[in-house]
Amino acid sequence: MKVQNQSKNLLVHFCMIFFVLLAIGPILVIVINSFKTTDAIFSGPLKLPDSATFTLDGFKRAILNGNFIGNYINSTVITVGSTVLTVVCSCLAAYGITEFTTKLATMIAGLFTIGIMLPVTLGTVVILKMMVRFHLLNTHVSLILVYVGISVPLGVILMVTNFKTVSNDLKEAARIDGANEFRTFLIVLPLVKPGIAAVAAITMLPIWNDLWFPLILTTGPKTQTLTLGIQQFVGVHTNDWQALIASLVLGAIPLILLFTLFSKQFIKGLSDGYGK
Amino acid sequence: MKPKTLMGKRHRKLLLFTTPALAFFLAFAVFPLIGTIYISFYRESKFVGLANFKFLFTDETLSSRFFSAFLHNCEFFIIAAAVQLPLALLMAALLTSGRVRRMTGFYRTILFIPSTLSVVIVGFIWRLIISPLWGIVDYPLLGEKATALPTITLMSVWQYLGIPLVFLYSALLAIPSNIIEAARVDGASDFRIFFRIKMPLIAPQIGIITILTFIWTFNGFDIIFALNGGMPGPDFSTDVLGTLFYRTFFGWGADQGDQNLGAATATVIFLIILLGTAGYFATIQRRLKVSQL
Repeated sequence: MKVQNQSKNLLVHFCMIFFVLLAIGPILVIVINSFKTTDAIFSGPLKLPDSATFTLDGFKRAILNGNFIGNYINSTVITVGSTVLTVVCSCLAAYGITEFTTKLATMIAGLFTIGIMLPVTLGTVVILKMMVRFHLLNTHVSLILVYVGISVPLGVILMVTNFKTVSNDLKEAARIDGANEFRTFLIVLPLVKPGIAAVAAITMLPIWNDLWFPLILTTGPKTQTLTLGIQQFVGVHTNDWQALIASLVLGAIPLILLFTLFSKQFIKGLSDGYGK
Repeated sequence: MKPKTLMGKRHRKLLLFTTPALAFFLAFAVFPLIGTIYISFYRESKFVGLANFKFLFTDETLSSRFFSAFLHNCEFFIIAAAVQLPLALLMAALLTSGRVRRMTGFYRTILFIPSTLSVVIVGFIWRLIISPLWGIVDYPLLGEKATALPTITLMSVWQYLGIPLVFLYSALLAIPSNIIEAARVDGASDFRIFFRIKMPLIAPQIGIITILTFIWTFNGFDIIFALNGGMPGPDFSTDVLGTLFYRTFFGWGADQGDQNLGAATATVIFLIILLGTAGYFATIQRRLKVSQL
């Protein structure tokens, strides 16, 4: 019986390892090739770099060429800015919805629930008109405003489920001590930290990777994002494969790193947000 | 009078806390969508009724492009759902089978990594892997009309498989273990337990995944644009509603963009998504919830 069980376990492990290789293999191939000379990239794409083919030239040129560093900074400013604003707005709104339960609160929560599924990109014609009108074209602010508008529904709904788990005792104690509603909110806030991490993780990902809105709102060289920059690099049919592959690797690193560090929060955010 | 003022106070506080989120959501998500529908009835600031829609559906090139893009979206959705769902289900079932134990977190994390990449990177990786330059695949998958769209769809499936996987994984974990134990004591096999007990219990999540896939594929644009630009070749065989919307709105190459026509295209796409989603929730999803009870 035990032997049979173990062989079954082994079979499941084999299946999972196969799927894992399928998921990570193509990425590893690109990472491996980012450390190789151009000749080696094409003569043996699946070979590991050896002493003859190893080089960091690709990374050097990727970083020095064009506005790679500028794009990196743009993407960071836009992603962090949108995420912080989304988290702040979501926490405030979710606290309000769970604390002041009225019919209106239920309606607002319903509005945000529908908002999760709204295909906002279809409103791009008007978004562009708005940004032109406010002279916000080619600014970080234009993207941040749009991203917060898109991300806030999921953030609110996730935070509502988190605030609901906070016991009333703490809030009552704070109020008896004379804390006003905003102080009470701040006192409760540390209790929903896991929720905040989940919202931050799930907000960041699509923003960093977005191609559509940067393509429309921030095509200028000074405000270009990393994803758009790489798309244009790929698009110009360059012969500098080394720099191209290296810039792809550099562009993917921040999120892969963030995700592996926060994968628990991330998965929680995803399944709590859409899963219901 | 007292309850009323108390109520008023609650409302005031509620609005105080929800206003920032509501303001962003209404101004940059709801308003643009409503505004888009509004200007789809206008041309050069003059109300023209359904003229933009009439043009979209009767102009010879544009209407044929529209219908072929619509069919491509359907194909994209059907292939994506048909491949993604069974695979994600299998992986989630294996992960929660209790047979991988300490490795669960490791597998789950790795399987999700492709979803953290941008489509630009995913498109490039796969194009390089299947390109004749590298010679791993001996057939121009992206260059032939018959295979281009399925190939791109599979790239997208590869990238986003982690999302349904995570949903299904969480749903399977949430099943009370005593139900499973009881079935096991009764001598039910792993397969039987999965198909007879677990599957029906996670049916609502399977439904949600299907409808989210529908919304995302019909609203999709990135992977096609990243691979093929605004004129998705070969010969428009990978053109979807998203890329068509981009072209009508912005123009591409010699084609001039037109914001009213773009708005009309967006409105039709919005209607398709709305009808599909509403129809689904009104019929299938309700029944799934009932059967769960």
